Amino acid sequence: MRSRKDNIFHGIDWILVLFYFIFIFLGWINIYAATISENDFDLLNFSTEYGKQLIWIGFCIPIILLILMFEAKFYEKYAPIIYFIFLVLLAGLFVLGKNINGSTSWYAIGSFSLQPSEFTKAATALAIAKLVSDKMFNLKKLGTQVQALLLLFFPAILIILQPDPGSALVYAAFIFVLYREGLPFYYITVGFIALFLFVITLILGYEVTLISSLVLFICILLYFIFYRPRAFRKGWIKIIGIYLMSAMFIFSVDLVFNHVFKQHHRDRFNIILGKTVDMKGVGYNTDQSVTTIASGGFFGKGFLQGERTQGNFVPEQKTDYIFTTVGEEWGFVGSALVIILFVAFLLRIIDRAEQQKAKFSRIYGYSIVAIFFMHFVINIGMVIGLVPTIGIPLPFFSYGGSALWGFTVLLFIFIRLDANKIYEW
Amino acid sequence: MKRTGLLSFLIIFIGVVYIARLFYLQVLDNSFNTSTLNNSAVKVMYDYPERGYIFDRNGVLLVANQLSYDVMVIPREVKPMDTIAFCALLKITKEEFIEKIENASRYSTRIPSTFLQQVSKDDYASLQEILYKFKGFYIQKRSLREYPKKSAANVLGYISEVNEAMINNNPKYHLGELIGTAGVEKSYEEVLRGTKGVKFIQRDRFNKEIGSFKNGLYDTLPISGNDITLTIDAVLQQYGEALMTNKRGGIVAIEPSTGEILAMVSMPTYDPNLMVGRDRSKNFTKLYLDNINKPLLDRGLQAQYPPGSPFKVISALVALQENVITTASSIQCFGGYKYGSGKSSFMRCHCETSGSPVNLNVAIYRSCNSYFATAYRKVIDKFPTPTEGVNVWGKHAESFGLGNYLDNDLSVGQKGNIPNGNLYSKIYPNGRWRSTATISNAIGQGEVLTTPIQLANMTAAIANEGFYYIPHIAKKIKGKPLDKKFTTPIYTTIDKKHFKPVIDGLFDVFENPRGTARGSRVEGLEISGKTGTSENPHGQDHSIFIAFAPTHNPKIAIAVFVENGYWGSRWAGPIATLMIEKYLTGKIGRPLVEERMMEGSIQEEYDKQLK
Ligand SMILES: [Zn+2]
Repeated sequence: MRSRKDNIFHGIDWILVLFYFIFIFLGWINIYAATISENDFDLLNFSTEYGKQLIWIGFCIPIILLILMFEAKFYEKYAPIIYFIFLVLLAGLFVLGKNINGSTSWYAIGSFSLQPSEFTKAATALAIAKLVSDKMFNLKKLGTQVQALLLLFFPAILIILQPDPGSALVYAAFIFVLYREGLPFYYITVGFIALFLFVITLILGYEVTLISSLVLFICILLYFIFYRPRAFRKGWIKIIGIYLMSAMFIFSVDLVFNHVFKQHHRDRFNIILGKTVDMKGVGYNTDQSVTTIASGGFFGKGFLQGERTQGNFVPEQKTDYIFTTVGEEWGFVGSALVIILFVAFLLRIIDRAEQQKAKFSRIYGYSIVAIFFMHFVINIGMVIGLVPTIGIPLPFFSYGGSALWGFTVLLFIFIRLDANKIYEW
Repeated sequence: MKRTGLLSFLIIFIGVVYIARLFYLQVLDNSFNTSTLNNSAVKVMYDYPERGYIFDRNGVLLVANQLSYDVMVIPREVKPMDTIAFCALLKITKEEFIEKIENASRYSTRIPSTFLQQVSKDDYASLQEILYKFKGFYIQKRSLREYPKKSAANVLGYISEVNEAMINNNPKYHLGELIGTAGVEKSYEEVLRGTKGVKFIQRDRFNKEIGSFKNGLYDTLPISGNDITLTIDAVLQQYGEALMTNKRGGIVAIEPSTGEILAMVSMPTYDPNLMVGRDRSKNFTKLYLDNINKPLLDRGLQAQYPPGSPFKVISALVALQENVITTASSIQCFGGYKYGSGKSSFMRCHCETSGSPVNLNVAIYRSCNSYFATAYRKVIDKFPTPTEGVNVWGKHAESFGLGNYLDNDLSVGQKGNIPNGNLYSKIYPNGRWRSTATISNAIGQGEVLTTPIQLANMTAAIANEGFYYIPHIAKKIKGKPLDKKFTTPIYTTIDKKHFKPVIDGLFDVFENPRGTARGSRVEGLEISGKTGTSENPHGQDHSIFIAFAPTHNPKIAIAVFVENGYWGSRWAGPIATLMIEKYLTGKIGRPLVEERMMEGSIQEEYDKQLK
């Protein structure tokens, strides 16, 4: 057994590795297309962005080898410590961090910047896996629910304060993990109802929403009084309580939206809801990205042939809007393929996770699916104009060393854990 | 276990939704289909071609170009700047500045619009040195129209900026570009305008130009517009305008053997150069709002009046064709024609033949109403019902190009009117109407309406003894043969043999001592013609004249119309014969008549109408 354990590649899921390299490859050629200009061509030129990305991709190899070298047990055992180290690193940003684009999310080492929040996702996933896999842990109990939520709350609040609310939103994905592990369904229901009420309130205004929900509530009340008098007598407090909470929520959505949110936050929502049509100012990004994608047509314009990409028309194209390059140059065929690849990739991880004998590995697997999924939904949704502008990267595609390494770490810890199942008892 | 399925389900669901959205955006929604031109990543620069020149039939230059400099703006590239200095530089007010910027932005923030048209050469020199400081503005050279002869404004027309409706109908044009909007400039816009050259320049999000788009693969060079030679004779045109000074009306002269329009005068007119330059819109508004003189109305093409006596020629020809009279048929006229029992059923006649026999020849040169009323009635009554009769009669008249738009190459026109049976059935709904109800048609009054060009064309058809060519204004277009429809004769429904006696009558209008145009006779020229007086219930009658010459082998057919000119031989007759004389001989043997026409004014009469 010793010799098999010495081979760090033994038992790893080559299909996931293949997915990883396909994504890295597709991501890089699109970054290349988005950042090349007429006069330079030098792959390893550190001054070009595609050159830098290539170097960061190169650094992924030692990172992967390092991750695979550790025993699976190591991650389980040291999960709490890793988690705390990254909380400290996040907190340290308030003292030592470097401000880039308005948020202090970076540590600068010479000319080189690292974003700890990209790695905190993996640390939090390990910590959640460790906490929830404990045999004494029962998510049906309120106390343990609070424990799990607090564990997610700390990194999320530190990231919000940087401020980088988009990255913090990713932690909401863990609700799927907790549900998988026994969290009652009503948490998900309440989450979706809240989201629904939020959108409806923004579209219709809180007066209309309040009145129409009141009408609905009275109808339900009358139904119970006349047809289910017994149930009514037993549960009237609950029914009225639910309504009052909804009403308060609707009211607070309006309050938060109009008085707490800044104008640029409001604008982002209004664009998606079709309430604002200013395409020169606020809606510029969304307008440009949607137009750029649409201009690709069915087959796309071809590699390096997208004039909107070549003209750098989409702001932040190489990072958050990298998918527009796929859309313009590879058309519907290419962009649908990328989506299918992502769906297949995520389903593959779920499949591997479900096969884990160790609860820790399974929960960790679910966590990374949830994180990748959240990035996928928000990033592509934003680029194709279905989700408000929230700047988070598309895994493996977006330009940037920290994000690339963060996602690599996230994935390969799972591949390490998964490889171990063969000789677990 | 149910809990395992939720996330998988959501992943697949989102995947399907996103692919559907992409399908909608990239495949179904055509509004995003980006042609290179609509692409904001590519800057489009136009290189304007020189518009074609216009010459008269003898090669005299009528329309040329002069260079002009326009200040252009690309609104999104405009940066905060010293607006006051900029306005001072261009000599505009701040309000004008704001309005112009807003107009341009409304059209497009990316595509260049004309900010200020036609800066003078001096301003251009000083502008060029400073304009680079104002981002988003640049100067574009363009050629402007110039009219060296200062005449024929109604023929040549003018060019003006395209309006938004035109842009929507024709994406070839962009805001601030010029398009022919009247006259030859309009009807031959396609020939004259040439093709713009286009340069595509790739740029980045900050509008920085980063090179030629795809190495100039799609760039094109401008192609100059084609020159046009008109059928107009500039000398005759200017002469006609001089003769019509201080009068309202129109002259149309046609070469019968080709249908070429030799002159087309409309008075009052204006100097075409008013429609060029920075004061263009001010001048245009002034001309446009002049409801009294209506200088923009082309009276040769658009004014419809009852033709009066010249139309008797048609009545005679139809009666001959329908075999209801012969050249020998004669009547007696005692100062009029009684066609009913009532006192009002009487058509007065001033032929002063006092009972002596009036045959066709006499009827024409004395313009006897009674004769043509009789002939007309015989035609109508030949048929079982008056409706049929009027319809047959109308068909003959229409075969002379009357009552219809002549399918020509002029930008405006009017239909005129030749009544048919249905019209009268409408006027007399009980169906009981007889030929006598329409009797004024016989002498060109009543419901008959014609325009001067229709009358001139009718004259040409008579001169040709039964056919005409569609009157047209273009003689030669570089590289393109004239449309076949202008070189194919159109035959009237009247047999050739019937024209001879009628033309003899028209000849005697001048030659017979008692002819109605005896006074306008030109020594040494054989002219045939007919005077006319168009009854005008609103004021003094209109003076009308048609003529062609030489009688044998005619070179020119002409119709002259002078509003409120009393009677035919007072103004229209002398003007028509002076025109003929000028065209055929190049000089005038009757300086006194010429002087009387040029100096004569009917302004007093026009002023009376205002009261
Ligand atoms: Zn008479």
